[in-house]
Amino acid sequence: MKLDPEARYAKTHEWARKDGDEIICGITDHAQESLSDVVYVELPEVGDAFPKGEAFGVVESVKAASDVYMPVGGEITIVNEALEDTPELVNQDPYGEGWMIRFAPSDPAEFDALMDSEAYEAFVAEEEG
Amino acid sequence: MPYIPHSNEDRKAMLAAIGVRSIEDLFEDVPAHVRFPELDLPSALSEMEVRWELETLAGANFTTVDGPCFLGAGAYRHFVPAVVDAVLRRGEFYTAYTPYQPEISQGTLQAIFEYQTMICALTRMEVSNASHYDGATATAEAVITAVNVHRLKRRRVVVSPFVHPEYRAVVRTYTQGMGLTIVGENDGLQDSNGLVGLLDDDTACLIVQYPDFLGRFEDLSGLAEAAHVVGALLIVVADPIALGLLKPPGEFGADIVVGEGQGMGAGLNFGGPYLGFFATRKKYVRKMAGRLVGQTVDAEGERGFVLTLSTREQHIRRGRATSNICTNQGLVVLAAAVYMAALGKTGLHQVAELCYHKAHYARQRIAEISGFSVIDDKPFFKEFVVRCPRPVREINDYLLDEWGIIGGYDLGRDYPHLKGHMLLCVTEMNPRGEIDALVEALGEMNNDQ
Repeated sequence: MKLDPEARYAKTHEWARKDGDEIICGITDHAQESLSDVVYVELPEVGDAFPKGEAFGVVESVKAASDVYMPVGGEITIVNEALEDTPELVNQDPYGEGWMIRFAPSDPAEFDALMDSEAYEAFVAEEEG
Repeated sequence: MPYIPHSNEDRKAMLAAIGVRSIEDLFEDVPAHVRFPELDLPSALSEMEVRWELETLAGANFTTVDGPCFLGAGAYRHFVPAVVDAVLRRGEFYTAYTPYQPEISQGTLQAIFEYQTMICALTRMEVSNASHYDGATATAEAVITAVNVHRLKRRRVVVSPFVHPEYRAVVRTYTQGMGLTIVGENDGLQDSNGLVGLLDDDTACLIVQYPDFLGRFEDLSGLAEAAHVVGALLIVVADPIALGLLKPPGEFGADIVVGEGQGMGAGLNFGGPYLGFFATRKKYVRKMAGRLVGQTVDAEGERGFVLTLSTREQHIRRGRATSNICTNQGLVVLAAAVYMAALGKTGLHQVAELCYHKAHYARQRIAEISGFSVIDDKPFFKEFVVRCPRPVREINDYLLDEWGIIGGYDLGRDYPHLKGHMLLCVTEMNPRGEIDALVEALGEMNNDQ
């Protein structure tokens, strides 16, 4: 399982990374591996606002269609439009080109409450049992 | 898989486990006098006697086989070629239930795939799903799809009052609890122009019927444009038989085309099973209700069929599903597929032309009867409105009792301003003699007055 040491992690397997005042978010390597080949990503519209923990989109793989949740509440500023035609980027580069949304956080303290990469690694190990 | 019932030993063990002596003891909470009441039933009949009794009962019915029928209003009597039933009744199709491991049923998937392909050709749309229960539920699914295309942000639905009244009722039933505002139905609109004024930027979709419930059709491109200006989807409820002759809704810019497919290969069937078809644009396929069968190649490069998309269905998406009915009308789909394939483009055009010309002949003749008049505001297909000199119910009783003719639909049931108006339907199944008999009957009724 690949991890991004710069990122923070939610229990629902999204990662969040600070970029200036904003936050970039996608799903983790562990999540993409569990989903297997991603065939479609449904993203929100710029300007949509969601509280922490609310579904902002759907990732559809050959196995399932799963919601993806806001690791931190905020208002969407950019979505990764490349995923519309090349959803496989989520599999190939989950922490890089496979990013999903960028948003202005409503409460930056929510970011600090997320797990760091070590805690997330331990969380996944425990979840896997 | 054989059915293996419990043995007496199994039952004894289960009763012992729960501490009960006999199965009868399980019912001891039910008062003794109603527990095993004496039923006042006649003594058993032989199979032959049962058959006689049922045949006598059935013989009391007056069916569309017994006399001319001019009733339409959503359920249509079109000719079903014998080849439809010949294919339909093959055991491989007839007895199969929804395949839960769909790819094992290549024949069923291929039939659905071909049905979808022909529906797309007929409606000039890009994608067709595997079908819904009937025209009414397909219409409701179209509304839910449109609301989902707008990510549940738009809550207004504009519907023409000349969409089938029962379809409108089903849309309301299906969408209750979604917080939608449905407008247009009760605004006293006489035609579709008034609908444009009801569109706003909260409108998810505009629904019209083509031909409409009164049988009329018109160019829909203006409505499509008006809907698209505010970002709403145009949903067209179409008669597939009419599309053999009329310009398909896809060419007018419709976003979703739905309708009742019963006329294509299914009889009237006492009201069901029917067939809801649903076609849309490729860009809406991920929001589309229902399931979609696709064609692919297997590991050896051979053509095969798969359930390409059912991602919005309940068994995958649960509470977030676009549609909560994960079924399609497999057998009626097959009937429609065989019907369309058997008739082809030319055959369907001929059926539509026959309906059109016969209906126009009938209307012209009825308009000549004194006391009767027709509303002549728009082109019509196989149904038309007649203003009657007496209550529609009375006329229908007279037609049936005196002439053995099934009359038309009483529009006063749904439209207060059309009290005393009858909706008559003429298809290729009404030979000229039947139409002349109807005209004669209506004329004589008038003379009797």
